[in-house]
Amino acid sequence: MEHDNATPHVFPEARRPGELFYSLIFLATALALLSMIFWQTSVLPGKGFAAQPRTWPLISLVGMTLFAFANLVATSRSARTPGRWREVVVWIRSLEHVGWYLLYVAAIPAVGYLGATLAFCLFMTWRAGYRSGLAFAAAASFALFVVLLFKSLFNVKIPGGAVYEYLPDTLRYIMIRYF
Amino acid sequence: MDVFLSGLEIIARWDVIAALLIGSIGGVMVGAMPGVGAAVAIAIMLPATFSLEPIVGLTALLGIYGSSMFGGAIPAILINTPGTPVNALTTYDGYPMTRRGEARRALGLAYSSSFFGGIFSIVCLILLAPVLARIAPMFGAREIFLAALLGIVLVVVTHRGQVLAAGMLVCYGIFLKTVGLEGAGYTQRYTFGQTWLASGIDLIVVVLGLFALSQAFILLSGKDQKYELPPLAKSGFFSSMSEILRFKRVATVASSFGVICGMIPGVGEFMSQFMSYGYAQKTSKTPELFGKGNPEGIVASEAANNSVPAAAMIPLLALGIPGEELTAMMLAVFYVHNVIPGPQLFQNQLDFVVALYIALFILNVLVVLFLLVSTNSLMKVMLIPNRFLGMMILTFSLIGVYSLRNSLKDCAIAAAFGVFGFILKRLNWPTSPIILGMVLGGLMEAKLRTAMARVETPWDFINRPIAFVLFSMIVIAIVLHVVSVVRDRRKGTGNV
Repeated sequence: MEHDNATPHVFPEARRPGELFYSLIFLATALALLSMIFWQTSVLPGKGFAAQPRTWPLISLVGMTLFAFANLVATSRSARTPGRWREVVVWIRSLEHVGWYLLYVAAIPAVGYLGATLAFCLFMTWRAGYRSGLAFAAAASFALFVVLLFKSLFNVKIPGGAVYEYLPDTLRYIMIRYF
Repeated sequence: MDVFLSGLEIIARWDVIAALLIGSIGGVMVGAMPGVGAAVAIAIMLPATFSLEPIVGLTALLGIYGSSMFGGAIPAILINTPGTPVNALTTYDGYPMTRRGEARRALGLAYSSSFFGGIFSIVCLILLAPVLARIAPMFGAREIFLAALLGIVLVVVTHRGQVLAAGMLVCYGIFLKTVGLEGAGYTQRYTFGQTWLASGIDLIVVVLGLFALSQAFILLSGKDQKYELPPLAKSGFFSSMSEILRFKRVATVASSFGVICGMIPGVGEFMSQFMSYGYAQKTSKTPELFGKGNPEGIVASEAANNSVPAAAMIPLLALGIPGEELTAMMLAVFYVHNVIPGPQLFQNQLDFVVALYIALFILNVLVVLFLLVSTNSLMKVMLIPNRFLGMMILTFSLIGVYSLRNSLKDCAIAAAFGVFGFILKRLNWPTSPIILGMVLGGLMEAKLRTAMARVETPWDFINRPIAFVLFSMIVIAIVLHVVSVVRDRRKGTGNV
């Protein structure tokens, strides 16, 4: 059963692209976790069912498996919307943002919060497709605002950058403390 | 009176007022940006509030929670895009009014209805406080377990058409909470021999991933929307706001629905809105105009959704049970500061509870005053391009995760949950059951363990009046759901 692409997708009778695939992954994960229950949890002698360390992982994983199975069956019986692999590509492409995000985190201890945030905001603005001077000015102002608000004003716990060590003493203290 | 004065004393401090002001204005702005919403803002702000005193941190978060729906009505009415998901019904009548050239009237009505709903629910809370103080101590371990279980059941069955997905995600949330070293026998559960998993999976990291990072990924992978803002006269809000007096009945009933739905864990804004909207339409003299710009529709929707936040504080404060993801996040602030919500809070720190009510009241006044003078300027935040907004959320999110322990691992876990949340949102599966599963699952495990020590037969578990009522509600909720599914299937219209 194919679903008409022109039909609006507000409360669809049809499944979304990739829904069946993901339902299957979810069920496989639930089954894999459930199969490890004897290996990953233990039973304490002399304790009742409610006090056993195994009880709640068991309840949750059995529930997860049953619901996931029922969901898979229900999904497979609903009308298909084409575009499964296109959708999977969209999921995979989101990993690019994860990469930039983790790079940003990893850069902080090296170049400091101010430098890393400025670089990240400017780069992401460029990566998102903006090319105007206004967009870059807005991104730089935003980066500065975030650093001033959280690090300088709220003193949120973020380490200073290794590059700050090369600065003169007074400036180094200010940079470590506020930026 | 003494308790009231004591509560007033708690919040009569510059830092609390500043937190309330920042939270409420920030909440309105966040609400007015389609694609952000209170959940994202609270998730980001959560770790930053840990270093503040409980009342300061909570008022800031309450400010965001209580005011975002005010702001969310602006894009719903002006550009047919709800600022927060719970403003969706406001678009039905708000946008047609804008197209008729009545944008200012629609906004004025939305503000006054939201204000009415907010104040109505606070008055209900104040009236209920003595009753709650008396009833709350009657909740023992088994009653709290059953109330949490009721919350879980309602979270699942209220996701019409997505019950199976909600069920597996709530179970997944419960499972996540079990990972790590457990407290009874100090054995490890699902740690796979990894020391970093022994302390469990941090709720904040999951919240930030599922709500903030996933939303950033959604915005970054989408396209920018171009909106045309309608012209809006600078004055005349007072006359349109006073129009709510014509719709007193609808506003009162809608607010009552909001209070009732807010008090029941797992129900919340959506249910109250649909019930209120349905009621308003059925009792209206012009039901045919609903969806075409009927002011009663705006009143029903906005009064109902804005009366929920104060009411949702009832199960949170009295029993320590959050009704939805936002109160679940607030629960984390309580625990961090060792303020344990539950019956004892009402008995021993009633002034703290009253202080929160007063803060909610001030918040509603502040927001309306802010909106009266700033709506024209506030419209500009709707013009921030989506992908730029995504970059902003991603940058803010780092503060939330990284400031916890300066750990790259935490950020990687949050990013993994971000991708997970991104996929769930693309599939239109709900994310809130995971958070509620994590919070309520942990609570249920602890309470069941305590309760079973005094229980010999299954009947003992429900032989106290409140326990029996809660158990009956669970059974009724499940039976009603099954009946409605069977009925819909017979009609050939049903989704599980």
